[in-house]
Amino acid sequence: MTFEVILQLFDSSLRLATPFLLACLAGLFSERAGIFDIGLEGKMLAGAFCAAAMAAISGSAWIGLMAGMGISVLLSALHGLASITLRGNQLISGVAINFLASGLTVLVGQNLFRLGGQTPQLKGNARFSEITLPFADTLRDVPLIGPVYHDLISGHNILVYIGLAAVPLTWWVLFRTRFGLRLRAVGENPGAVDTAGVSVVRLRYEAVILCGILCGIAGAYLSLGTSAAGFVREMSAGKGFIALAALIFAKWQPLNALYACLLFGFLEAIGTKYQNVDVWGLFILPVQFMQALPYILTVVILAGFVGKAIPPKAGGQPYVKEE
Amino acid sequence: MNGDNGTGRPETAAPAIELRGISKRFGPVRANRDVCLTVEAGEIHGIVGENGAGKSTLMEILYGFYAADAGQIVVNGVETEIPDSQAAIAAGIGMVHQHFKLVETFTVLENVVLGAEDGVLLRPSLDRARALLGNLAQEYELEVDPDAVVETLSVGLQQRVEILKALYRNADILILDEPTGVLTPSEADHLFRILRNLRNQGKTVLLITHKLREIMDVTDSVSVMRRGEMKATLRTEATSPEELAELMVGRKVLLSVEKRPSTPGEIRLDVENLSVTDKTGVARLKGISFSVRSGEILGVAGVSGNGQSELLAVLGGISPGTGQIRVRGQTIDISRADGQARRSDGIAHVPEDRQRLGLVMAFAQWENAVFGYHAAPAYCRQLGLTNRRTIFETADTWIQKYDVRPANKNLAASRFSGGNQQKIVISREFERNPDILIVGQPTRGVDIGAIEFIHRQIIALRDAGKAILLVSVELDEILSLSDRVAVMFDGRISGERITADTDERELGLLMAGMTDKGGSRTPEVLPE
Repeated sequence: MTFEVILQLFDSSLRLATPFLLACLAGLFSERAGIFDIGLEGKMLAGAFCAAAMAAISGSAWIGLMAGMGISVLLSALHGLASITLRGNQLISGVAINFLASGLTVLVGQNLFRLGGQTPQLKGNARFSEITLPFADTLRDVPLIGPVYHDLISGHNILVYIGLAAVPLTWWVLFRTRFGLRLRAVGENPGAVDTAGVSVVRLRYEAVILCGILCGIAGAYLSLGTSAAGFVREMSAGKGFIALAALIFAKWQPLNALYACLLFGFLEAIGTKYQNVDVWGLFILPVQFMQALPYILTVVILAGFVGKAIPPKAGGQPYVKEE
Repeated sequence: MNGDNGTGRPETAAPAIELRGISKRFGPVRANRDVCLTVEAGEIHGIVGENGAGKSTLMEILYGFYAADAGQIVVNGVETEIPDSQAAIAAGIGMVHQHFKLVETFTVLENVVLGAEDGVLLRPSLDRARALLGNLAQEYELEVDPDAVVETLSVGLQQRVEILKALYRNADILILDEPTGVLTPSEADHLFRILRNLRNQGKTVLLITHKLREIMDVTDSVSVMRRGEMKATLRTEATSPEELAELMVGRKVLLSVEKRPSTPGEIRLDVENLSVTDKTGVARLKGISFSVRSGEILGVAGVSGNGQSELLAVLGGISPGTGQIRVRGQTIDISRADGQARRSDGIAHVPEDRQRLGLVMAFAQWENAVFGYHAAPAYCRQLGLTNRRTIFETADTWIQKYDVRPANKNLAASRFSGGNQQKIVISREFERNPDILIVGQPTRGVDIGAIEFIHRQIIALRDAGKAILLVSVELDEILSLSDRVAVMFDGRISGERITADTDERELGLLMAGMTDKGGSRTPEVLPE
């Protein structure tokens, strides 16, 4: 395995990890505030569709991104209405959102574009194009640093960098600001927040809306920032659920979330690059196995093989004012 | 410790709090009916009443947690609207809830500033809180490590964090709801010192409790509530526990239990080297041994969470343990959790958590009355069908005998009050005529009138020659009922005493972990 191959592998890991990362941080805001969100998947899918549809119509990726975020925030608000205001079951509400997104994207897509639920191929400004960072070309020939900077760090679209920047930003918001302190508190003991004179309902809505924004970006990345260049039905392909697994793996910590998502991205990159792997001439790992790697890791994580992860204490429970 | 009661209280100043005609309804329940209360500034004012008398509701209204249906709140002479907790805090009212409102994974500092931050960024608030906590610690004996994570602190320290939270918000009026329920006697003493300090600095303290001794100990005046109404407000020095109890219940109450000396017989229950390790691998019981004879009550005292629940669970067949338990000389199998086996061994169990383990809340009284014994021949017919007529008759008889109110066997268990729920459990277990009776927290959340009744029933079973193990966190209950006392601390029995030869102080030290090592019964250091 040459240096060049490793760089390529890492490069595609980063691209593939970005939707996981954005969705994972989205879930982090929501779950830290005590609202379980199994609907990350659906919000991503709806976000991907709206982003692609609006980009196709308007010809602008940015308008597409706004639309993706908009629909995702709308679904988040729906989840909030069901689970915060109406105190319904958060899992059921999340599942409902997944079904809703799965059906509506295809239905509306077919009605709009008559392409079997897909959107037209996006070209030019309707996609997020790759950004070449300053000096990437001049530094290219410097040994070691040059290729790393040019091939790995430079040359991604803006959403990849937004995802990466969101990690320290999330950490800072959670652990260094008043909002973060209250958000974490409301996921652990909403009663403490309420008696301190802060509105539990408002805080939880804010968290859920933040979740929607990040999920929308994740969705827009799928349709506007990858080689798919448009919306394909069910294109989120369980990524929202993998992001949830990564969130548990990361123990609800932003920096850990980055590592966990990079690991999932890496596994997916391997699965794409190596189709049939010959294991020392003994047997051949089939392509399906390689592609299943991220999902296998998900199962392993959810089965609790990576140590005990303690979720926010009040997670999943609607807050009822009572002793 | 002698409280210097209310020295130098300015008579002319407006009362700290005046409640006028407060009423509050929860569905059909009238929790507060036209309640009026005046609390003078700079006093410790107690509020007593039975469970469900409306004390907590009244305080939650004052703290803005509930909105009153009618009435006015006057704080320091100014009529004040308190629609939410924020308004209460702004009016200088702080509250320490019975169940602490702390974020357990946060540090003390983070808990203190939560909701009272100075700005968008945390750092300046935390720094200011750290400085202020230092001052408060010195002024009021309120030392807590500001960087400690709350879940690692003892209950007593967590309570201090709650008080600090209120003081950080500049509370002048501090409400404490049943603050001593979870404390050891020495922790409670420390709390009372803090409260006296606060009063001497000019703060007003409202103390809600059902323990009359605390009222007599620490308050300057006391108000009594009964069934949602305010019955009286008295100067503490001018009243007595007997008078207060009568006001609370509405009739004369015997505060002490009348009982004859016990006549212990043969050993019925013999526990040797019993250990329990929980699912996470933590040892909860560490090789305890004791025995109970027929015709005696062994009381198990201790602050909750020191292994009493695990002991009850093993004896009741709810969870397994290791070691030996002999019932009338016969070793029983405790490697498996088997409640039915315990029942056929002649052990009856009144669980400490009646709502979770003692009753099926959604089931009617008649179903609950035979639960666990429903397979007994008397209740069955052929083919495993139940004999409803017999069960109905049994249920009616017990409702009469144990004075269960309302007397309706078709009512779901959840519709009865705490005391009456307990009577349902007790009738079921006591009427089995067991050899051995295991009773956990028999009067937790039960009102005074029912407590008296339950205590008399337990004594009657003792006099009928039963071996009784009584686990309770109420030291008064242990002292008045049991013949011998074993004190549990950290999964061990830290000492065993004859009730007549010991006192609250000595048991309090054992509860705090002082053991009998070296035969010395006086510890070197007083625990905090």
